[in-house]
Amino acid sequence: MLNYEQLISRTIQEIQPSGIRKYFDIANTMQDVISLGVGEPDFLTPWRIRNTAIRTLEAGKTRYSSNSGLLELRKEISHYLERKYDLSYHAEDEILITVGGSEAIDACIRVLTNPGDEIIIPQPSYVCYEPMAKMAGGVPVILETKAENDFKVTPKELLEKITPRTKILILPYPCNPTGAIMEREDLEAIEKVLHDTNILVLSDEIYAELTFGEGRHVSPASIPGMRERTVVINGFSKAFSMTGWRLGYACGPKEILKQVTKLHQFAIMCAPTTSQHAAIEALRNCDEDVADMIAEYDMRRRVIVKGFNDIGLTCREPRGAFYAFPCIRSTGMSSEEFCEKLLYAKHVALVPGPAFGQGGEGFVRASYCYSIDHIHEALRRTKEFLDELK
Amino acid sequence: MRRKLLKMLNKNARLSIADLAVALGETEAAVANEIKVLEEEGILRGYKALIDWEKMDHSYVSAIIELKVTPKVGRGFEEIAERVAQYNEVESVYLMSGTYDLNVVVKAKTFQEVAMFVAKELSTIESVTSTATHFVLRRYKELDVPLAVKEPDERGTISLC
Repeated sequence: MLNYEQLISRTIQEIQPSGIRKYFDIANTMQDVISLGVGEPDFLTPWRIRNTAIRTLEAGKTRYSSNSGLLELRKEISHYLERKYDLSYHAEDEILITVGGSEAIDACIRVLTNPGDEIIIPQPSYVCYEPMAKMAGGVPVILETKAENDFKVTPKELLEKITPRTKILILPYPCNPTGAIMEREDLEAIEKVLHDTNILVLSDEIYAELTFGEGRHVSPASIPGMRERTVVINGFSKAFSMTGWRLGYACGPKEILKQVTKLHQFAIMCAPTTSQHAAIEALRNCDEDVADMIAEYDMRRRVIVKGFNDIGLTCREPRGAFYAFPCIRSTGMSSEEFCEKLLYAKHVALVPGPAFGQGGEGFVRASYCYSIDHIHEALRRTKEFLDELK
Repeated sequence: MRRKLLKMLNKNARLSIADLAVALGETEAAVANEIKVLEEEGILRGYKALIDWEKMDHSYVSAIIELKVTPKVGRGFEEIAERVAQYNEVESVYLMSGTYDLNVVVKAKTFQEVAMFVAKELSTIESVTSTATHFVLRRYKELDVPLAVKEPDERGTISLC
């Protein structure tokens, strides 16, 4: 009998699986659930993108691409980032195509981290940063963002977390699950704090296209003085409804990208070639498809925010991504208790805020990757649940 | 808000005034008024259900009829088009570029009825010089909506990303 515990790396064993697995298991097996639980677009990948993939398959374009990805795609990304976010990256040596944004985040963290290096992670945020930091031998330093600051990273909070060991600041904006964004002046304030340090910003901008209201997404790398200390992560999953294609990218100073590419070459070889061809089409010819999807998300966003506020769950206006993050403290319950009871009583599935870090306590995440009718039904059942509590 | 409102209604005419108002950032009164004005101006012409009649026991037969006509001096195709449009059997009438003039969509209970309608009514109109009837065998997409079997939501119930 093998001793598996002894076989498996201690670092990996010490990483705790998500505490809400049990709640997820119940939700996933329950029938007639009205869920607002999935952070994945309900739209299909636009047909022209799928069709391009089919054509390249027919033409037999199924070999490895270069390690960095098809040059044609990197050039398109370079144009796209310039056009959309005023960013300038060389296709040849400053852009790497990866297997989703996730691979890019993982690879960047591993490339930058020496054992004991500190990585500042704002929370609530997507769940991958902390385990990735630990796997790289780094020390996650959690920065709890506050509702009263619209879940932004403030210069004061950042300053408190910086030590001589700080290596990376993760900036996960637009933010899953809070819907928060960082505006130009917020980022300028961050730049001032980082100005004389040797800290790199890893900016996860996977939701960049999904920014609502006044003004567009501002990339930290577009702030004067920030480009040299920023790696931008983006991808195709959210903006183009291409989740299953697994395609993302990292852009940054060539000194860093060279090393990230080296790691990618050994671990991955190259991102899926079919997906890369599809992505070229996405960037070249799908602005209108994206605009239509964004208009639809925006409509749902307004409806769901008003819906939560109307039934007595205070909900700030999310400015990005596709999540509402209402506060449930008025019920006197914890987030997990609220979600579990709501699931059992009314078969409505939401995600408890603390699944994204302890700072999420008192909140729940509601995705609006669902039709208006579906959202109304979930709100109606939630209202019933709240009424019965009284 | 006009364009945005029309786009939203075009996608889903059942959105409530309340939803439209929230989505557009307008008051309900303003939205209701705009809809009234659009109706009065003849821009918003109606709200109809999209029905897959094939799933019903008593289905319809429809056909696309290509009409070649001799236009009238002075009134062009208007007069004949308006006349064809009068029939209850006629669902739509379009003036076409290309090898024929009017595209007429006709619906009736049976193939026979459609054929008789074309023979007795359309082809006997004085200025109609020829007709060609194409029966619709199956509908795959109607008014932007694919009519194939609805796929279940593959995304599962809950995820963190």
